[in-house]
Amino acid sequence: MSENEALQKAKRKEIRKERFKKRMLGSADRRGLLMSIVIYVLLITIAFIYLYPVLYMFSRSLMNRSDLLDSSAKWLPSAITWKNYEDAILTLDYWNSLWKNLVLALIPTVCQVFICSMVGYGFARYKFPLKNFWMAVLVLAFLLPPQVTSLPNYLTFSRLKLADGTVKPFLITALLGQGFKSVLCVLIFFNFHRQTPQSLVEAAEIDGAGHFKAYWRIAVPLCTAAIVVVTLFSFVWYWNETTLVREYLGYGHTRAKGLTTLMIELQKFEDSYNTAFDARASSVTSTNKINDAIRMAGTMLAIAPLLVLYFVLQKQFVESVDRAGITGE
Amino acid sequence: MGNWIYEKLLPMLEYLPYVLLFGVLAALLITLIVTLVRYRQGKPVRRSARDTLWGYFFIMPWMVGICIFFLGGVANSLLYSFYNLKLDSGLQLTPLTGVDEAGNTVYTPLANYVSVFNKELNFPVTLGNFAVSLVLQLPIIIAFSLIIALMLNGKIKGRGVFRTIFFLPVIIATGPVMSQLTAQGVSSVPMVNQNTMAVILADFPEFISQPIMDLFSQLILILWNSGIQILIFLAGLQKVPTAMYEAAKIDGASGWETFWKITLPSLRSMILLNSIYTVVTLATNSTNPIIDLIYNATYAVTKGYSYGAAMTWLYTLVVAILLLITFLIVREKKEKKSKDVFRQDMEGRARAAQSKKLSKMMGRRKTA
Repeated sequence: MSENEALQKAKRKEIRKERFKKRMLGSADRRGLLMSIVIYVLLITIAFIYLYPVLYMFSRSLMNRSDLLDSSAKWLPSAITWKNYEDAILTLDYWNSLWKNLVLALIPTVCQVFICSMVGYGFARYKFPLKNFWMAVLVLAFLLPPQVTSLPNYLTFSRLKLADGTVKPFLITALLGQGFKSVLCVLIFFNFHRQTPQSLVEAAEIDGAGHFKAYWRIAVPLCTAAIVVVTLFSFVWYWNETTLVREYLGYGHTRAKGLTTLMIELQKFEDSYNTAFDARASSVTSTNKINDAIRMAGTMLAIAPLLVLYFVLQKQFVESVDRAGITGE
Repeated sequence: MGNWIYEKLLPMLEYLPYVLLFGVLAALLITLIVTLVRYRQGKPVRRSARDTLWGYFFIMPWMVGICIFFLGGVANSLLYSFYNLKLDSGLQLTPLTGVDEAGNTVYTPLANYVSVFNKELNFPVTLGNFAVSLVLQLPIIIAFSLIIALMLNGKIKGRGVFRTIFFLPVIIATGPVMSQLTAQGVSSVPMVNQNTMAVILADFPEFISQPIMDLFSQLILILWNSGIQILIFLAGLQKVPTAMYEAAKIDGASGWETFWKITLPSLRSMILLNSIYTVVTLATNSTNPIIDLIYNATYAVTKGYSYGAAMTWLYTLVVAILLLITFLIVREKKEKKSKDVFRQDMEGRARAAQSKKLSKMMGRRKTA
């Protein structure tokens, strides 16, 4: 009897051991606890690495002069100072520049999304002579560095007196499907429209819709996911580009005379700071010198609109990515 | 004869994109008129003609744009590099001339390219550094983004939050912001000690150790550059049919085997796409020192536009070679694919499982 009991006990122990092992290492259907821990630790570490520069930037931008020199205050400022932001706003001429930058980024983005969607649809839906040639040109335009064409285009613009600090060159290029990285936008839309069932569009046409109406009423509403992705990307590209923007605006133009972007202002932040503050308080230059905190505040201000936009659109964006198929096989 | 070609005929190349554009436009106009006439006469409009007209209607703005700005730009910059561009006489291209040993004046179309190598001592060195760092960065970016995409694709809690964080660099990782951050020394991971690395690498020759040191000091920047790649891999992972995984699981394949035999082969085209995308973005990134070098040369008084164009084309050549190498390494090998018995088997099984499921459903419907 007792022998039997002992046997059963051993068996139960064995089963418990087995179960524990299974829980830790996982089975065919379930991931083990160990694996889960590894994955979460990895994800959190990498998420920290990704956030680290932003967090660092933010905490630095709130520090005052003594915190910057104090090595013990590496992470948290001893007292939150908003003065850096005030200085940075003054240096960047922030509200003015922000408004100009919005004009410069939003208008071409809207044009770019509209035109690229049409081009992608044209390529995806119709068969026409020389189609392969144009597709090859499209891919070539993606592969060649933009520096190849930027110089002749700048000369063309300046010869036609278009590089005059207005939105004109941006508008023209975007309307002709040649905005910043428009090739990628066309490819995203091409790939997306290719997945739209032909029968839907044809059904609309049988019901009497013209080709353009079929596109506008059927194909466009079906590709909202792609529209979200492309709009966000285009806006970001227009916001962040500096070299091409400077060429399009013309080199002689400053923020006083024409449009500008925050990224361009950020590039000459130090000079603007010196002119803005040395002129006002030349007697106390030593305490008025630019420091890292002010620089970081300026950088935060320059990317703040992007962050706001991203966190507003974040849900749609992350969902769209799943469906948009930005992959051009 | 040769002089005539170089002096007069070659500069005409500038107009080639316009000839192409107006040729296509004229052909379209003729097709349109013919179609309209046929329509008026009550004859049916051929499908091919209709498709041609509507297709070109949709791509028209882009076609005009690409002829003017892209093809025109390429033709022009190619011409600039073989000529001397005089700004004062209304962008006139003048032939490059030199004097040979006998004292005669001869044409030297390649003079700009030659002087890049003579004057710009930094250029070959920077190009070499760029190529080495590209070779080091590319596998890291691809492997890293693949791992992240795999983890994000699995069932994890807080997936949305993680995704939001991982796509963040796509939004803010750019030239001026990056240069501000690098100036702060934020670009290296805080935990990796630079000195330890230096000690470990001390035994290696400098041309190996230097790029590796650079790599570690810029690890965050490299990881930040892989946002779009993660997106592409995620989209690719979603297209792998789940039936394949189910079939593999039934056959008792472990997660490790499933990854190597199913996930990775399915992602092959994505890996190629990602590699090419990575090379292109790294090459055209505005923080790239070569781009700086080209811009400085272009707007320098002594060098000028033609010189800058020659530099750009040399750089393009190098990037093209790198792209070609990437393509040859990563591309799908056709003959190998047919030998992959396991995968074919799995695909067959997946199909069978699916049809079984279907027939089961149909049967259920019938009984109901």
